[in-house]
Amino acid sequence: MARYLITRAWQSALTLVLSTIVVFLGVRALPGDPALALAGEDRSPEALEAIRRHYGLDQPLPVQFAQYVERVVQGDFGESIRTGIPVSSMLSTALPVTAELAVLAILLATALGVGAGVLAAVRRGHPAEWLANGLALVGLSVPHFWLGLLAILYLSVATGLFPASGFVPLLEDPVDNLHHVVLPAVILGTGLAAIIMRQTRSAMLDSLSSDYVRTAKAKGLRPRAVITRHALRNSLIVVVTIVGLQLGGLISGAVVTEQIFGLPGFGKMTIDAVFQRDYPVIQAVVLLTATAYIVINFLVDLLYSVIDPRIRVTGDQS
Amino acid sequence: MTTAERTGAPSTTIETPVLQVRDLSVAFTTESGTVSAVDRVSLDLAPGEIVGMVGESGCGKSVTAMSIGGLLPDSARVTGSVRLQGTELVGTRESVLRRVRGKDIAYIFQEPMTSLNPVLTIGRQIAEVLQVHERMSRRAARARAVELLSLVGIPSAATRVDNYPHQLSGGMRQRVMIAMAVACGPKVLVADEPTTALDVTVQAGILQVLRDLRDRLGTTILVITHDLGVIADIADRVVVMYAGRVVERAPVTDLFAFPYHRYTAGLLSASPTPGVHAGTQRLQEIPGLVPVLSAQPDACTFADRCPAADERCREAAPPLEAVRPALTEHVAACWHPCPTPRTRPEETIA
Repeated sequence: MARYLITRAWQSALTLVLSTIVVFLGVRALPGDPALALAGEDRSPEALEAIRRHYGLDQPLPVQFAQYVERVVQGDFGESIRTGIPVSSMLSTALPVTAELAVLAILLATALGVGAGVLAAVRRGHPAEWLANGLALVGLSVPHFWLGLLAILYLSVATGLFPASGFVPLLEDPVDNLHHVVLPAVILGTGLAAIIMRQTRSAMLDSLSSDYVRTAKAKGLRPRAVITRHALRNSLIVVVTIVGLQLGGLISGAVVTEQIFGLPGFGKMTIDAVFQRDYPVIQAVVLLTATAYIVINFLVDLLYSVIDPRIRVTGDQS
Repeated sequence: MTTAERTGAPSTTIETPVLQVRDLSVAFTTESGTVSAVDRVSLDLAPGEIVGMVGESGCGKSVTAMSIGGLLPDSARVTGSVRLQGTELVGTRESVLRRVRGKDIAYIFQEPMTSLNPVLTIGRQIAEVLQVHERMSRRAARARAVELLSLVGIPSAATRVDNYPHQLSGGMRQRVMIAMAVACGPKVLVADEPTTALDVTVQAGILQVLRDLRDRLGTTILVITHDLGVIADIADRVVVMYAGRVVERAPVTDLFAFPYHRYTAGLLSASPTPGVHAGTQRLQEIPGLVPVLSAQPDACTFADRCPAADERCREAAPPLEAVRPALTEHVAACWHPCPTPRTRPEETIA
């Protein structure tokens, strides 16, 4: 188990280093002299030289990279070219919004998807299964920007049940915060919920017809124990994999959803930065997204070994 | 002919049977129509007895075993009667069956690899039965699980209890299945092909465990197998099934010495006997396959594969009855039972 963890941690660290290099080179590889882009109107050689010195662009690439890493490790992502605000402070206001949105969307989608998937598998051939399948089809095929617009139209504008846009920080007013975030989270989670539901359903159908479920029934266990302790626990491996794989989609989905609901999150920040060619911000955004991916994958692998003892392979065959 | 005559309900029961099966029939509804899997099977299990049920794949022996505990899927239509110490189990409420399963009737299945839950420790899986039926606390159930593991011959049970199934060998897993099955001291243990997936050396060990359990706990055991070697090794009585019907029932030594039914005789000549065939004679196979029946015909279902079949066999199903009036425990459903003993008793009874 410990060896497995160490191996996975190493792999994650290596991936992280590689993605840092890619991000660093990616920005350097863009056509044109960054100093020229930064200089704007004043393109005198002195001004360009000053800019190069200021940003360390006159140094050889490896030195630049070392300096870059040194700053990033200290949480210094530079300043926004457009506003001059430190990127780290922009992130500190934007990240919590997106994190909350994503976590809430995952929680809702998992609860809904796993619940409906189990129900559809257990009540096979009953109306409950058709309903779950139908909803999953809708969740998969309807793009969520459109779903988001519909939700705003009917649940915010027409009835006023939810605010149409805006955000209140969690610590300021938790209730109002939730009120603002729930609707976007539901919209963002629909696709994921549909995928989780389908995967859970098919994994459950497999487990329910397995020999160990027959054994569990032969032991005289209640249906609830047979379904949760025996069938579902074995199906969760598939579900965790799917959730892990889908999180990337969730991040790009968050960009769109935040735009629709006017949430001041990571996604909105990214779009603004791209439109304004704000390189330091883009660099930070890409690096953070990559890091999030790596961390999530590591966590998913950890979860595997918690759920499935067969994955804790090395060293405990006694 | 009445049903009782046809199926030959056992009349010579030694003691009050623990389990009494009468005219048990099972049919499956499939997309291509109804398939009859078991046809009016009757069977008595006396306390502490080991009964072997033998037949080819698809003859309905496993379905019979599953239907005893009500473990068949919803697509199965079960009729007839299964009484456990007088309590009717066919058509009973699921909640009643749940109390019986694991407590009074326990199962061991063929594949110890897949029959244990891969994500729970074996201790937990054994403790589960005790927690449900004996209302034991988690700690007490765990302690009992350790005892049960050593009872079925698992070395260093106290540490093994925390192992997962994948950490054990096939034979050890089957012992775990047995420990789980006998946890609540069941009256009847149904072992469905308990040794089929195991090495021969491991097989003997498992059969020894079963025999020990019978001797020490007085458990009645129904062993389902296609392996006559297993039957010869462990069973007191044998039930031979063919195409969903019981075709012969006899004490084990009688059956091996004087098979009456042509099918039984065929089965015996298809198995090697030490010394007799050894390189000199070819084993006899039974030509053809077990038929899949949509409805049970009023004829001998073995007729198409039988060397002795005539018009009578195709027109009426033979009753299950004693072939020699003096031997009432040995019954067969055959119009043309084997005329002479295959071998003399002394040769087969070791």
